[in-house]
Amino acid sequence: MKLENKCGIIGKSLTLGSILASIFSGTLFAAEMPSREEMWGIIQKQQAQIDLLTQKVEITGEAIDKVQSSPSSSYSSHSDSHSSTSIGGYGELHYNMGESDTIDFHRFVLLGSHEFSDRIRLSTELEIEHALAGDGKEGEVEIEQAYLEFDLNDSLTAKAGLFLVPVGIINEIHEPNTFFGVERNPIEKNIIPTTWWEAGAGLNAKFDNGFSTDIAVHSGLMVDTDGKKAFNIRSGRQKVSNAEASDGAITGRVKWTGAPGIEVGLTGQYQQDIAQGKLSDDVDATLIELHTSIQRGAFGLRALYARWDLSGEAASAIGADEQFGWYVEPSWTIESDIGEWGVFARLNQYDTSAGSGSDSKVEELDLGINYWPHENVVLKVDYQTIDSDSDGNEDLINLGIGYHF
Amino acid sequence: MILLLGSHLFTGVTASALPKETIYLEPTDFLSEVFEIKVPAPQMLWLTKDLQPSVQQILGHPYKTLRIRYWKKATKSAWILEEIGKFKPITTGIAINSRKIETIKVLIYRESHGWEIKKSFFTDQFKEVELQENLKLNQRIDGISGATLSVNALKKLSRLALYLDSKVPESN
Repeated sequence: MKLENKCGIIGKSLTLGSILASIFSGTLFAAEMPSREEMWGIIQKQQAQIDLLTQKVEITGEAIDKVQSSPSSSYSSHSDSHSSTSIGGYGELHYNMGESDTIDFHRFVLLGSHEFSDRIRLSTELEIEHALAGDGKEGEVEIEQAYLEFDLNDSLTAKAGLFLVPVGIINEIHEPNTFFGVERNPIEKNIIPTTWWEAGAGLNAKFDNGFSTDIAVHSGLMVDTDGKKAFNIRSGRQKVSNAEASDGAITGRVKWTGAPGIEVGLTGQYQQDIAQGKLSDDVDATLIELHTSIQRGAFGLRALYARWDLSGEAASAIGADEQFGWYVEPSWTIESDIGEWGVFARLNQYDTSAGSGSDSKVEELDLGINYWPHENVVLKVDYQTIDSDSDGNEDLINLGIGYHF
Repeated sequence: MILLLGSHLFTGVTASALPKETIYLEPTDFLSEVFEIKVPAPQMLWLTKDLQPSVQQILGHPYKTLRIRYWKKATKSAWILEEIGKFKPITTGIAINSRKIETIKVLIYRESHGWEIKKSFFTDQFKEVELQENLKLNQRIDGISGATLSVNALKKLSRLALYLDSKVPESN
């Protein structure tokens, strides 16, 4: 018998067997089928079971929601029960290659806040500069912020304690992922002595048109009146460390942030005697600062001008009666699948002895790249060329990493 | 002398005069605005294992709950979501229509800074924004100087709402 015929016979036998089996089992199945009434009862029982299970799932879900929203939740908080104490921080490591090469963990900062109630809160910032503090060491341990805030209403907030002076672009917001360049710009170092904090009290008001105002009365600077650092603003910071407080200062700021990506700020400060009584005559000091910070699409621009005017013959004699600086910083950022990239150029000029007839200004050009693999992590590289009328020229290449959480 | 002035800044401030957390828009009012006449019954979306990786990618961490309540009618959905700004959660209402953001509103804001994000000049940027395949927005959102963390929180929530909207079926 040929193979095809064998297969045909087997196939027919199987088909016939299948049909018989189906009929036989179908007869049995039909015999076991429940009636319509029985079927309806089964459906009702099943529906009741579904309803019960749905309720259980709902109850379980609500219980999970409560557990996950509790203050002990590891990653988040909830509007009704969020933790009243929060911890954050930032840090930055710098590698500077110039006439001498240095590597420095410049800043290690811990931020802490606590809400005593919905309207009263504490903000603190503890910083270790240059990694190691102590006798003969480079670093310092500093309290840069420790103040209480009181919300008086929707738009008015008062504060008291040790707080950052409301001036410039980076004095209040200086986490490394928020600015270009490994080092901060020299204007907001030598003219505005960032990071600059004082102790006192202030009021902040916000308006619907995008304006906000700050007014603060606080401790003041105390500059040297002789020697190499005479009337040097940065060296005049007392850092609220048993600070001389016979002459305080008053600072006012108007800021406009009424359009996405645009900030314009104007700050004025007056101190009756920046020498704190060291000289027979008061050395009154006035600071005026104007800036804009723009980020529209990929394009960014920061520009700032600041100027001090000091009275008295002692300051005038060395040209420190007039000190000013400005910078312009265009930038371009692009997004990619592996993070964000930004290039910038910054032209800076400042003079801490502008009142003298001699050349004393410093010009600095910075060119560099920021790379953010995560919005709160930044890698930086830049080139700096510094041209100082008094100290000559220096070129540096800087590398840096920074984080914020 | 100037410091003496400071002590007077708080004169007249009493605890009873102080407000509580700022509610700019009640969630129920937000839903009424979105659906105009009748707000549909809320539904629950469970953040299953299939959804969790994308949620984690968008937020940088898991969402705080395992299920999220939403409201859906035809092509429109509404979500009330929360994300931490700097220290505190920002409660945000997001309405989506045909996979595009229709409106986004800050309902409850608890941070002491970054208040500008609740303003329409900022939130209007999100209108008609869609989610790309790489889970990023198809338009750039300009930030607010000094409010970077709050801005980032709103961007994340807008991406999350668009993603979740794409995972729920249309209803009548």
